[in-house]
Amino acid sequence: MSRRLSDGGRLIDRNKPIRFTFDGKRLSGFQGDTLASALLANGETVVGRSFKFHRPRGIVASGPEEPNALVGLGQGPRREPNQVATMSELFDGLVAESQNRWPSLKFDAGALSDRFSRFLPAGFYYKTFISPRIAWRVLFEPAIRRMAGLGKPPELPDPDQYEHFHAHVDILVVGGGIAGLAAARLAAASGARVLVLEQKPVWGGRSAADGVTIGGAPATEWVRSTVNELEASGAALRLRTTALGAYSHGYVLACERLADHKPGESGARQRLWRIRASKVIVAAGAIERPLVCPGNDLPGVMLASAVRDYLSEFGVSAGDRIAIVANNDDAYRTGLALADSGVDVPAILDTRPSAAGELQALAREKGIRVLESSGVAEILGARRVRGIAVCPIDGRGAKSERISCDAVALSGGWSPAVHLWSHAGGKLLWDERSVLFRPDTNRPPPGDDGKAMAYSAGAANGVLLCRDIASDAEKAATAALQDLGIEPARMECPRVESGVGGEAATESAWLVPGSMTRADRSRAWLDFQNDVKVSDIDLAALEGYESVEHAKRYTTLGMATDQGKLSNVNGLAVLAADLGAEIPEVGTTTFRPPYVPVAMGAIAGEAAGELFKPVRKTPMHDWHERNGANWEPVGDWRRPYCYLRAGEGVKDAVNREVLRTRRGAGLLDASTLGKLLVAGPDAGRFMDMLYTSVMSSLPVGRCKYGLMCNENGFLMDDGVVARIDDTTFLCHTTTGGADRIHAWMEEWLQTEWWDWRAHVYNLTEQYAQIGVAGPSARSLLEKLGGMDLSAESFPFMHWRDGNIGKFKVRAYRISFSGELSFELAVRAGDGLELWTALIEAGEEFGAVAYGTECLHVMRAEKGFIMIGDETDGTVTPRDLGLNWAISKTKGDFIGKRALERPYLTRSDRWRLVGLELPRFKSKDALEDGIYLFEKGAVNAHGHTKMIGRVTSTYYSPTLERPIALALVESGPERLGEIVCVNSKDRGKDIAAKIVKPVFLDEEGRRQNA
Amino acid sequence: MLKLRCPNCGFVSDETELVNGGEAHLKRFGPGSADEDFEAYLFMRKNPMGVHFERWLHSYGCGKWFHAARCTITQEVFGTYSAQVSRPPSELIAEISEKRPGWSYRDWSGED
Amino acid sequence: MSRYSAFAIAAKALNRHTGWDRAWASPEPRRRYDVVIVGAGGHGLATAYYLGKNHNIRDVAILEKGWLGGGNTGRNTTIVRSGYLQDDSVAIYELSRRLYETMSQDLNFNVMFSPRGLMMLAQTHHEARGYKRTVNANSLQGLATEFIGPRRVKELCPIIEISGPRFPVLGAFWQARGGTARHDAVAWAYARACSDMGMHIIQRCAVTGIRRGADGVRGVETEKGPIDCEKLGVVVAGHSGIVAEMAGLRLPIESVALQALVSEPVKPCLDVVVMANTVHGYISQSDKGELVIGGGTDGFNNYSQRGSFHHVEETVRALVETFPIISRLKMLRQWGGIVDMTGDRSPIISGTPVRNLFFNCGWGTGGFKAIPGSGWAMAELMAKGEPGSLAAPFGLERFREGRFIDESVAAGVAH
Repeated sequence: MSRRLSDGGRLIDRNKPIRFTFDGKRLSGFQGDTLASALLANGETVVGRSFKFHRPRGIVASGPEEPNALVGLGQGPRREPNQVATMSELFDGLVAESQNRWPSLKFDAGALSDRFSRFLPAGFYYKTFISPRIAWRVLFEPAIRRMAGLGKPPELPDPDQYEHFHAHVDILVVGGGIAGLAAARLAAASGARVLVLEQKPVWGGRSAADGVTIGGAPATEWVRSTVNELEASGAALRLRTTALGAYSHGYVLACERLADHKPGESGARQRLWRIRASKVIVAAGAIERPLVCPGNDLPGVMLASAVRDYLSEFGVSAGDRIAIVANNDDAYRTGLALADSGVDVPAILDTRPSAAGELQALAREKGIRVLESSGVAEILGARRVRGIAVCPIDGRGAKSERISCDAVALSGGWSPAVHLWSHAGGKLLWDERSVLFRPDTNRPPPGDDGKAMAYSAGAANGVLLCRDIASDAEKAATAALQDLGIEPARMECPRVESGVGGEAATESAWLVPGSMTRADRSRAWLDFQNDVKVSDIDLAALEGYESVEHAKRYTTLGMATDQGKLSNVNGLAVLAADLGAEIPEVGTTTFRPPYVPVAMGAIAGEAAGELFKPVRKTPMHDWHERNGANWEPVGDWRRPYCYLRAGEGVKDAVNREVLRTRRGAGLLDASTLGKLLVAGPDAGRFMDMLYTSVMSSLPVGRCKYGLMCNENGFLMDDGVVARIDDTTFLCHTTTGGADRIHAWMEEWLQTEWWDWRAHVYNLTEQYAQIGVAGPSARSLLEKLGGMDLSAESFPFMHWRDGNIGKFKVRAYRISFSGELSFELAVRAGDGLELWTALIEAGEEFGAVAYGTECLHVMRAEKGFIMIGDETDGTVTPRDLGLNWAISKTKGDFIGKRALERPYLTRSDRWRLVGLELPRFKSKDALEDGIYLFEKGAVNAHGHTKMIGRVTSTYYSPTLERPIALALVESGPERLGEIVCVNSKDRGKDIAAKIVKPVFLDEEGRRQNA
Repeated sequence: MLKLRCPNCGFVSDETELVNGGEAHLKRFGPGSADEDFEAYLFMRKNPMGVHFERWLHSYGCGKWFHAARCTITQEVFGTYSAQVSRPPSELIAEISEKRPGWSYRDWSGED
Repeated sequence: MSRYSAFAIAAKALNRHTGWDRAWASPEPRRRYDVVIVGAGGHGLATAYYLGKNHNIRDVAILEKGWLGGGNTGRNTTIVRSGYLQDDSVAIYELSRRLYETMSQDLNFNVMFSPRGLMMLAQTHHEARGYKRTVNANSLQGLATEFIGPRRVKELCPIIEISGPRFPVLGAFWQARGGTARHDAVAWAYARACSDMGMHIIQRCAVTGIRRGADGVRGVETEKGPIDCEKLGVVVAGHSGIVAEMAGLRLPIESVALQALVSEPVKPCLDVVVMANTVHGYISQSDKGELVIGGGTDGFNNYSQRGSFHHVEETVRALVETFPIISRLKMLRQWGGIVDMTGDRSPIISGTPVRNLFFNCGWGTGGFKAIPGSGWAMAELMAKGEPGSLAAPFGLERFREGRFIDESVAAGVAH
């Protein structure tokens, strides 16, 4: 059984015991433990269940590559599924639960599927559950969904905070092992701005567990002094920070775990780093691969490097008797370390024919049996390892001997962590000698200058022998510095030694034994989490899923939470063998970010709740809030839809606002409307291109309604233009259009007519604007005193600068309600004060503040179009009967050419009309978005033929009946005709009469008053 | 995540500050132009796999437009230059030709 | 072809699954076929399949430069819906959706079409009006969709925050028969059926040129030598412009990266498909338990199948805001696909100025759902030489005429 040894454990503090629970069991560990090391220390060999067959799973690895030990961590709103135990630092009160089992980890009903595994080969679900059709959705799929998934998702919102950091550096070093630190040391000493990231809570990578010495002393000493040196030189160093992905142009994403190991502390839980690095040095190490043999998924089977890690770093032995199986020399170090700690190592099975190097001699010296040319007929046991049946590597698994043990350490060679290199487009090559894919330094990920964006160093570069690591790292750093134009400092390269001399080559051994019976192939695991076995790859190859991507997708190999860190290379070696192809021919699947899974909350960052798309506010916003505003989001703004008074419903409020405005006066906060100033000697010429009508001839002091089309001839915005002086125009835009139209104007000025002398200023937020409308509007304003507002001196469609009371205003006599109306622009800082003054002055006239819905009702009563209602990006000015606003004389304007196209000039286009509903005496409007159709007629697709659509529909309190505007095929030619409308609300199709699109005061007496 | 040097303000800008404006050096066709020309102006795009000339707006920056030459496969940026030209600078064309043997600049008409 | 069934699996299990046939053959190309389709993605394979099934044209080769189904078919968010606005879109997408309903049975391959219901959230009044408009149009088009209120939204999808501080949910457009399917399986199922009809699927065979004569197309040059054909269909999505150039044509298309991501698998928490267009994100949960998430496209031309991170960030932020419990779930993998966007964001199924050369492209961000319908319409176009009612509206000439099929008008997006 795995257990804590009486001494050892570099990272734990035996004076600081820590309590935690696993599946309700109270357990203890030490400060410095990971959850995985603590579970092992407590003899917890089974920690989870696999995805498909719910087989018992134990800890395999010691890093983020762990596929099995995934737990639900924490409680309540902080419960987080699928936490990797090997990367979770132990803290007091930690609560962990195993996953994907019911009712318990020990007795999992789902494990029944394992009994039928023979009938559930790769892709079985593509071949069955086909009929009856209904059964998939109601029976099979729900059952599969319940069986699948791993952890339970949280049920409550996340109480934690996350933050984002930006960093700009010359050189980013990913990995804080010997290679990373050596590269960083040279870069920093050469004067580069350096950031070093290490995913674990300690520096030094594997050097301590591997017994490496530097300059004759234990590596930890060099690590400590180098970290100090780097800090002193101003380099930034971050532990617990995992680089997640590399993107174009040196953009690297990383996540720092700030409080995962000390929950409850204030501040952010995690920090997402967004790094711009001129150069990236990837020194992320390598990941060991397991060997593939029958029974290799039993709890108790671990990576040889992980066994060594737990021993050296945490004083934990993976078992009492640990057998080792390897195709390389490195795994011998595990055997030696175990033997030194007094753990029984019954044998090292070496797949290679000759094991006669220095390490082998040492092992034999310590009394460890070394069996050459050996494979594993089977790892024995049911719920955990009981022994190992040895076989010759060359045969088909004939058992030659049985060795009893309770844990097995496997080593199938190493895979460099090439993820970041590959994310950004770096290519790989197959290194047959070291049996691994390593970065092809001739085809690095390109940066913005076309040169290398990343350099690879150390084990991540396929350099596995420690004597070569430091020089490889300095080579990478030198190249990066030189490409940056920085002269590399002269430094002495640290002398790194393994303690034990030379290493013989790893020899590729994928299946051990090299050929397996069919039965054995279906018990030899490749992907432990997703339950992908050798036989599954065989099946994929047999059925023609020959591409590595097909095989992956068909079998789900490498699609588990570890994204194939342990399984992919083994899997594609099996596939290559099945296809009779070479490994590099088969190639790898694509490496995609993130390197390890990252919380969505960390990606979202601070911008949550109120900070998620902050609201823009007018100067009067708070007044609206206090006075019952029922808000409507409009772009980034919020505008009052109406103002609710006590006991009032929304419809009542809108009707009240309309009637009070039409009878007395109403006030509208129009500050959100766009206010763009176009100025310069060529402003008139420019305006004539922007608008469909002639603006250049507009006299100073006058206003004019204008339309803007895009180059496709479709209406994109409208508003009133005021001629301020000879060379200046003020353009009002819709609320949503302000920024868009500003950008539109800039684009034309800068990129098409750049020699025209005109400029655009966006004054939208510089002014507060208040509409005062209604028959009493003039009296109301006159009450405050100031400028002459008489019809004679200030006629409709004019503007004047002047004073209203003590306020300096620019007043526009324009109307969107059809009433006598003044729009007052004041500097934004005066907005609220003027507004309140107007509200107070309005009391005696029965004036009300009105919202956007009242505005809509009033404009619809008048038949004024609204961008976004009557238009939808496919409507031309002609469609809306606005021919009068299209100049016939101008040679050009934006959209003019497009309007000449055949489809846009057809007479049967849908055009604007009004609708009356003669048979309805309802207080309700027709519902939104309904269509007009021709009874009995169908289109080419057999649909009922539509002949138009309702664009605006309101109940008019003024007329006391519903009104609607509609776009109807040849509409204006069909006045008086009765057509059908498909009203769902009213239960059936109803009749509507086509009328002119104006319902009130067609002559405009009110606005001209 | 691209970064581009805005030639107007000189700052190297993150993609999040920039807005792409599509293919560069389109010739505007207005009233009186042929249907084919007008259609091409509005819709037909080179969409090259490789060297691409495009427009960018330094939107959350100096607010100015500029041009860039970029590879649509490797994201290599060959250069950025003023928006107020109707053809890439010849030095830039020469530089790209040197980097990408076999490549040559084609203007809107598809000719050299 | 041996039929797939539970019995077949049981029978093959006796021999440890050594007796399965290949799902599709892997032949060497012949020198000539009646029809060559370039692109063995979903759309290309479906085109070939319906050429055989509906028009009895079986001397067909489908050429693929990589592995079949390896483009956007294998890297999308698997949404199937037909609740579009315009008649022409509804006709083709609804045919497509109906074909999905019976695809597993028709092709004897479980593509796991799951009509779990799809909602598009209305988070502004304007958006709500747009969806109501679509519902009304759909009722005349014979399509069952409805506008549902916030309470029903919450019932169907309990993990939605309907009263968030910034964009409360005002309701949703709901298509009960929308859902998802297993993307790879769709390509594999069509490939198996095509191969069974004797068609040749030739992978790792990039087309390097198009040969044309005075009377139209003659064939293609490929990595594996020249291949003659009478009719040539190009169905290569993001790479359409490249192939068009080989024929001396230009297309109204730009290729951009669209990104998607999945979370780690978790137990079921989201039964329906949810699209939130105001905040730009859509999400569903796969049968494996992963949350499948998509968002907007990068704004620039890109062929690298890698996108920019900030789009992922914006999408995730929007979805965390809308589905607060996902904050502690983790992103497992993100990827990009190259999508081909047309001038009106609707597809092209069209002949070209070159006789017997046909293009099917421009499906942009929403192609997966259209695979069967697109193949059906393209096959009809290629077999008859002129478009039927399905393909006719999607001709290339519409850009010249100004006759757009614009789906963005009713607050919808073309996902």
